[in-house]
Amino acid sequence: MTTVPATEQVIAERSVATPAAGRPRRGRRAGTPYAFLAPAIVLFAAFLGAPIVYAAYLSLRKVQVKGLGLGSGARSEVWAGVENYVRSVTDAEFLPSVGRIGAYGLIVVPVMLGLALLFALLLDAGRTRVGGFARTAIFLPYAVPAVVASLLWGFLYLPRISPLNDILEGSGLGSPNLLGSSWILYAVANIAIWGGTGFNMIVLYTALKAIPQDMYEAARLDGASEVQIAWRIKIPIIAPSLVMTFVFSLIATLQVFAEPMTLRPLSNTISATWTPLMKVYRDAFIRNDIYSAAATSVIIAVATFALSFGFLKLVGSRAFRQED
Amino acid sequence: MKKTLAGVLAASLLLLTAACGGGSDDDSSTEATGPVELSYWTWTPNMDKVVETWNAAHPDIKVTVNKQDGGDPAVTKLLTAIKAGSGAPDIMQAEYQKIPTLVSADALADIKDEAGSLKDKFPEANWTSVTVGSDSVYAVPQDNAPLMFFYRKDVFDKLGLAAPKTWDEYAAAARKVHQADAKQYLGTFSAADAGQFAGLAQQAGASWWSVDGDTWNVNINDAATQKVAGFWGGLVQEGAISNTPQYTPEWNAALNDGSQVGWVSAVWAPGVLEGNAGKTKGKWAAAPLPQWDAATPKTGNWGGSATAVTTQSKHKKQATEFIQWLNTDPAALKLLAGTANVYPAALDSSEALATPPAFFAGQADFYTIAAEAAKQGNPFTYGPNVNVAYSAFNDTFGKAAEAKQSAQFTAALATMQQQTLDDMKNTGFKVAG
Repeated sequence: MTTVPATEQVIAERSVATPAAGRPRRGRRAGTPYAFLAPAIVLFAAFLGAPIVYAAYLSLRKVQVKGLGLGSGARSEVWAGVENYVRSVTDAEFLPSVGRIGAYGLIVVPVMLGLALLFALLLDAGRTRVGGFARTAIFLPYAVPAVVASLLWGFLYLPRISPLNDILEGSGLGSPNLLGSSWILYAVANIAIWGGTGFNMIVLYTALKAIPQDMYEAARLDGASEVQIAWRIKIPIIAPSLVMTFVFSLIATLQVFAEPMTLRPLSNTISATWTPLMKVYRDAFIRNDIYSAAATSVIIAVATFALSFGFLKLVGSRAFRQED
Repeated sequence: MKKTLAGVLAASLLLLTAACGGGSDDDSSTEATGPVELSYWTWTPNMDKVVETWNAAHPDIKVTVNKQDGGDPAVTKLLTAIKAGSGAPDIMQAEYQKIPTLVSADALADIKDEAGSLKDKFPEANWTSVTVGSDSVYAVPQDNAPLMFFYRKDVFDKLGLAAPKTWDEYAAAARKVHQADAKQYLGTFSAADAGQFAGLAQQAGASWWSVDGDTWNVNINDAATQKVAGFWGGLVQEGAISNTPQYTPEWNAALNDGSQVGWVSAVWAPGVLEGNAGKTKGKWAAAPLPQWDAATPKTGNWGGSATAVTTQSKHKKQATEFIQWLNTDPAALKLLAGTANVYPAALDSSEALATPPAFFAGQADFYTIAAEAAKQGNPFTYGPNVNVAYSAFNDTFGKAAEAKQSAQFTAALATMQQQTLDDMKNTGFKVAG
């Protein structure tokens, strides 16, 4: 984070130096920034802008067939208006899937951010010699792709092949079916927490490292304990980072897909529309209905946008402001 | 953040690829000079070796195999290419249940004039599948996958059981196996395998879709399917069989360690058992599928595929010539069975199937049982939205199997029927009911 102002400074110095050294040809200079920006703009337009526009267009279309719908000319694409949107929202599977990720978010976000904050504070307190190792060990799961992580955990959840169940059974606790209907939400949440804590911890830890040490010194002279320092100095100062990690976690929750999708074939309890994004996948690639898939995608995108920016508004956009 | 960005990027790339369509597998050569080049999408292992034989004998029609990942991804790719207007192959392997979907997307050419005369060379059930119950012919059957019953002979011998001839005997055997050893089951009800359940409904006399003039009928919730759902739901409810899905590491372990001692499966089962339960080699036996009425034995299919010509092919005649050779010529059938390990659909392929599969080396009559079963297939028509019905099956029967309630099994059929019907009406198909 501290490198950003430094780079800006270097750029500022250069742009100040250029007019003195270069020739004063205004017209050519005015176009230069755009030339440098062009590759980024073209890539953004081609791979993000255009697909979004195309998805929005598709969400207003649908396929219409005639009669048996067999053979050539029986199928045509027509305007659908908001029909796809109405069908998406009124789908019997849609609201339960939203409720499910609501419950999932209530588990994942507090536990993951709580653990990340705890680990970051513990590492920052510097009382442990294994700091470097612990930091890497906690961060490492984030480097494991979600699909691989879900497979690993899936194997640990399946009763017959899981060493966890051997241990539980051996200790007389019985063997719960972790993929059964009463446990499945926690089983999926666990994978996300395992994979996400490390990333959030690094963000918070980096913010903690930026706090000047003399504040702690002053606090200690005033007789503050470590817990008081953490609670009254560290946490308020890194609040912007906490807000930022919260927004990222919120977005990740709304878009949860890989974990339940990978666990789905292992269990009876995860339906094809378990989360809203899974419904998009089912509509597009199992039902071959990319039109209603596009409509649901647009709804999810708008909801994500509204929730993230609504939250930022609520906390006063502190996350992305410079700490001063 | 990285994950979110990656997700957004992946999603937009998916949409973009959907928008841009397929690559350039299309051959743009015209009918002018030189040999005709045909591309062939298939996921059958070793099919390139079978095609080499054709290419050696037919220098004027050169077929190139383009290996696919599997049935579902190949269909998605083909539908995208058809939508884009180019990029489809000349020849396409298509599972029987996918044919109506492909025909409905105008992806398969009608080869009635070129291949209509082959009707008598195939079992009726397979031929119904490639015609979608109409006068047109959209593909030539390649392999047949009649349902059979596979069981651990050592376990049956120990308990004094014989291979069940009827479903009542199967239920009795399942109870006896589970009573003798609480960890053992004669099978599982898998909500993940709609194709298997469709095969069992087919055996009971169901045909989930049918064509009546220019109108579709959907009959998923009929008496025959109700009977099948009630039977399996009852066994799950009383705990005589297990309720976990097939094709999971859990199920593989159960087959391997002797907890699952029976499997209702198709003729291709030996390959799966060999891969998943290698430790049990030599202990299995194959038998005909248990019957509802032993006097009139019937069976259904689970899997199997046909070879079709796509509507983008510029060489329909030559392509049909090739698929006719591939699926009916005795030399080709021998290669299909021996090299590509498929069970040919053609009726006169017995000489290609002399020796039993390696995993069932001790059972000399393996292919005799399979051939008998292949002739007993009930006709079954698949509709243009099998994907919707199968996906509804996964969800509704998943819930029922988890709850272990027989009543939910039969109620699930009503939901399946409703979702399938709604989807067809919504798309504009003319459908009764």
